[in-house]
Amino acid sequence: MTSLSRDDVAKLAGLARIEMSDEELVALSNEFTVILDAVARVQEVAGADVAATSHPLPLRNVFRPDVVIPSLSPADALSGAPAQEEQRFRVPQILGEE
Amino acid sequence: MIRNSASEMASKLASGEITSVALTQAHLDQISAVDKDVHAFLYVDTEGALALAAAVDAKRKSGEKLSPLAGVPLALKDVMTQKGIPTTCGSKILEGWRPPYDSTVVTNLKKNDIIILGKTNMDEFAMGSSTENSAYGPTHNPWDLTRIPGGSGGGSAASLAAFEAPLAIGTDTGGSIRQPAAVTGTVGVKPTYGGVSRYGLVAFSSSLDQAGPCARNVLDAALLHEAIAGHDPKDSTSINAPVPAVVAAAKSGNVKGMKIGVVKELNGDGYQKGVRTRFEESLELLAAAGAEIVEVSAPNFEYALAAYYLIAPSECSSNLARFDAMRYGLRVGDNDGASAESVMNLTREVGFGREVKRRIILGTYALSSGYYDAYYGSAQKVRTLITQDFNKAFEKADVLVSPTCPTTAFKIGEKANDPLAMYLNDIATIPVNMAGIGGMSLPSGVAEEDGLPVGFQIMSPVMKDDRMYSVGAALEAALLSKWGAPLLSTIPALAGSK
Repeated sequence: MTSLSRDDVAKLAGLARIEMSDEELVALSNEFTVILDAVARVQEVAGADVAATSHPLPLRNVFRPDVVIPSLSPADALSGAPAQEEQRFRVPQILGEE
Repeated sequence: MIRNSASEMASKLASGEITSVALTQAHLDQISAVDKDVHAFLYVDTEGALALAAAVDAKRKSGEKLSPLAGVPLALKDVMTQKGIPTTCGSKILEGWRPPYDSTVVTNLKKNDIIILGKTNMDEFAMGSSTENSAYGPTHNPWDLTRIPGGSGGGSAASLAAFEAPLAIGTDTGGSIRQPAAVTGTVGVKPTYGGVSRYGLVAFSSSLDQAGPCARNVLDAALLHEAIAGHDPKDSTSINAPVPAVVAAAKSGNVKGMKIGVVKELNGDGYQKGVRTRFEESLELLAAAGAEIVEVSAPNFEYALAAYYLIAPSECSSNLARFDAMRYGLRVGDNDGASAESVMNLTREVGFGREVKRRIILGTYALSSGYYDAYYGSAQKVRTLITQDFNKAFEKADVLVSPTCPTTAFKIGEKANDPLAMYLNDIATIPVNMAGIGGMSLPSGVAEEDGLPVGFQIMSPVMKDDRMYSVGAALEAALLSKWGAPLLSTIPALAGSK
């Protein structure tokens, strides 16, 4: 039986960039014990001789003609922005300020 | 007028018996009358729909040649972008977002002069089987308002059963078109993967997602299928081949000499008695119509659910990374000095619901170093095995069939706290998405024990979608002559319904 501790879930939530309350972490950790048990069944038949399928269509390098087509105007592209400035997306600081 | 099929509405429009404005208004009136109880819609575009209807009426008056469904109203699942119209995907994280572009499905609907009435409710980001995961509250099944309408496309299916729209668009990642169709007594089709463009379909699991038609009969679904399908250079996974002749197949409904394969593993234990009875009866009707019924086995289907609940969460954990509070949608905690990372963390905490978080975390785990091979890698191998099972089965049969769902509609709240029980709903629909083939659900009657609709599923090989329409039309015709009237004519009347 695989299980994930509260701290394991907290680490995953950090990787997924989701803040979580202690209550949520504990609840998810309990649920995952059951869910992981169920999904781990895939290992029963996934032998080394079976190829993996990542996608239903065997596609590679799909191109379309390299022609200029109309694209979004700056106003349209920024229309949903939570904040904007000088025709750009205004975002919180990414690097610490010196 | 609103109880007609879409094709009946289309011929009345063509003959001038009714106008699109009157037809559209009648549906808007029905929405006003019943949607407070059904809650199929998240947004109704009254002005836009009426303006477009007036434009179509004017085109028709001027003698312009119009497409078969011109002037007929439709409900659009809120996962497809429509320029300037709120698109939430049932999530708080997109509340108030108005996309700056049309999805290709919407572009095709507009080209065909189909009137978009509004956006329908859904499980958040299409993750769910009951529409209870919508951040905007559940949709109620018009057959019994205390029950779920299926999911994720519960709003689209419910709008058809409540006569709020004769046509709807759904999307199907693990059964989100077919399962709602089954539990609401309507028709839903998941086309072959790549048959309908995914451009502007907000991605949940890109290798499984497929948009398709929802309707009240097989011919209507086929007409809508042809209107939205076809190659799209904006979607690199769109198939560059002619659209299968689904309308011709739905019109002929000929199954003489066709081999119909019953999938042994998708029946029996775990399937409600009334569901099995209706399934057996449908098989007899198809045999009487000239089809040959054979049994096929797909031994790896029992692993499909487990594989799906690794592949879909893995892809979703990657796809939903785009909701980062930077370019559109919700932004929380953007105070002076707050870092981008803390804004992302806080926004995603508030913006995503419980099931979405559960799947993102599960996917993050399944893709993480050290666990990738055991989980995501193994699931991809199961996908190969399922596809091989289908290939073998299609050597023995032209189409495969099963009940669409193990049970009829359950009560709202009944499975809300048991994710695994909820996931089991999709046991018969998921293999189709894993292999990228076509699948249809159509009503096969009601279960004797609860009087609720039961769905019959037809599966067809890649780009042979016409076959499921032939079989669907044949079964529909046989059932209609048995019943004397369509199943939906027996649905209990909603309070205030026109």
